[in-house]
Amino acid sequence: MITGGLRHTGRLFALAAEVGRSIFRRPFQFREFVEQFWFIASITILPAALVSIPFGAVIALQVGSLTQQLGAQSFTGGASVLAIIQQASPLIVALLIAGAGGSAICADLGSRKIREELDAMEVMGVSPVQRLVVPRVLATMGVAVLLNGLVSVVGTLGGYFFNVILQGGTPGAYLSSFSALAQLPDLYISEFKALVFGFIAGIVAAYRGLNPRGGPKGVGDAVNQSVVITFMLLFFVNMVLTAVYLNIVPPKGG
Amino acid sequence: MGIEVAVEGLTMSFGKQNIWQDVTLTLPAGEVSVMLGPSGTGKTVFLKSLIGLLKPERGRVLVAGVDMVNSPERDIYEARKLFGLMFQDGALFGSMSLFDNIAFPLREHTRKKESEIRRIVMERIDVVGLVGSEGKLPGEISGGMRKRAGLARALVLDPQIVLCDEPDSGLDPVRTANLSQLLIDLNAQIDATMLIVTHNLDIAATVPDNMGMLFRRNLVTFGPREVLLTSDEPVVAQFLAGRREGPIGMSEEKDAATLAAEAAVPAAAPAAPRVIVPQLEPSPGLPRRQAALRRRERVLGMLDTLPPAARAAIEDTYARGAQAPTLRLPATGSGS
Repeated sequence: MITGGLRHTGRLFALAAEVGRSIFRRPFQFREFVEQFWFIASITILPAALVSIPFGAVIALQVGSLTQQLGAQSFTGGASVLAIIQQASPLIVALLIAGAGGSAICADLGSRKIREELDAMEVMGVSPVQRLVVPRVLATMGVAVLLNGLVSVVGTLGGYFFNVILQGGTPGAYLSSFSALAQLPDLYISEFKALVFGFIAGIVAAYRGLNPRGGPKGVGDAVNQSVVITFMLLFFVNMVLTAVYLNIVPPKGG
Repeated sequence: MGIEVAVEGLTMSFGKQNIWQDVTLTLPAGEVSVMLGPSGTGKTVFLKSLIGLLKPERGRVLVAGVDMVNSPERDIYEARKLFGLMFQDGALFGSMSLFDNIAFPLREHTRKKESEIRRIVMERIDVVGLVGSEGKLPGEISGGMRKRAGLARALVLDPQIVLCDEPDSGLDPVRTANLSQLLIDLNAQIDATMLIVTHNLDIAATVPDNMGMLFRRNLVTFGPREVLLTSDEPVVAQFLAGRREGPIGMSEEKDAATLAAEAAVPAAAPAAPRVIVPQLEPSPGLPRRQAALRRRERVLGMLDTLPPAARAAIEDTYARGAQAPTLRLPATGSGS
């Protein structure tokens, strides 16, 4: 049981290392990369925007209510923007990339595996990792970074709308507290998180897809597991990254 | 000329389940060999071990100086370019047309111009009789066509070693006979080492130069076809006759009690002596098989080491003028 878990963890890291090496191996599968990039972007953009509006609103309302009780309404803007950019946005992106893109990647690779297509590829001296997995992982990373920008903007606008229009906050206070508390490294860490989450989602989906157990049902199980495993890893990695960031980057307000 | 494949002491297990152990054999360069065995004895696993897709726990598979089991992954990838593997159901890429499937190895491994790729691919498509279907997707054609397309893809890089996994499964007897002829014709044309894994007795009787059989986690025998065809080993005799009486049961093997009960009942009729069907010859118009000439030298050289029945059969075969084509299929070469 324990050794089984460790073995899978080890193989997951081995795959990550192999993907890292294969990225630099020529020829780069540019066409596959563009196709996958477009595919993942097309299935995640709309849900991401739709999710980020209510999420921004929830944070704005919650933070607004809290700051009102503490008598610090003028800082609502800064607080809600930090929450959205640093936490909500990368997580929304990661959940969508893993849930929509990762599951599709896992199902695709898994069905190819059980149809022996991947074996056939290896027999012909073509590495499935270099040919199929690398473009997919790079696509999830790229889409995650770009999508994170979109979600940050939409989420922030949503928060602004709900705070100013519905809670009667003042636009000036919202914007000035924004620039008083938020700083550029917040955006950097947000994008960095999205990049890492995209990588994790791609690698886990590829790993489970390459190793389905026992026929078509195994592919279904693998998709399910890949999403669950990705979610758990994301939240753990998010905690570590946040803790490290808060320790090494001095907060602007203090 | 093909390359010799030397297998030494190969042992394979999945977890605690031992598939086969200590398999040692040599596929002679350029000759056609068949590996027989009841269903579920690990024939496909053996094939995949030869090409390095599965890693046996012990032993070596030497191909042109590369050990397909223990060598670094990079060397194995290089060595795989010498192989062509025909999968049981073709293993074509579902998202590509037949043409793109067959062109895939050329596009990956060569810098040929598109016009040249087209010429080579159409040539192979013609050989396996799929002209007119090259634009179709694998999902739109029958299983037999997928198999032939898989064969065409395996052949497109002019492999030195061709491995076929159950080329007959899912084909009718006529298509199987055509495929047998196709394999022999191919061997005459490209002189590649070939290994066919099957449990089809017609293919086993007419195609190979050498035969082996896997049973009960062991290689029962491997050698010139006459050795196995004249063998009085119970497993081999039962398998070749397709009888129910014998050590092979419904599930892998019978236990001692069943065997004893069987022995108590007198056999219904003594099996007719097995007749060795002559080997297929290449279709008219094709060159003689170089492998057949080499094999003759080799087999006559080792004659003293063979069992008497096999020796007699070999002497008989070669006494009949060796090259006289006794069984020729009406279809010629490519048609199937």
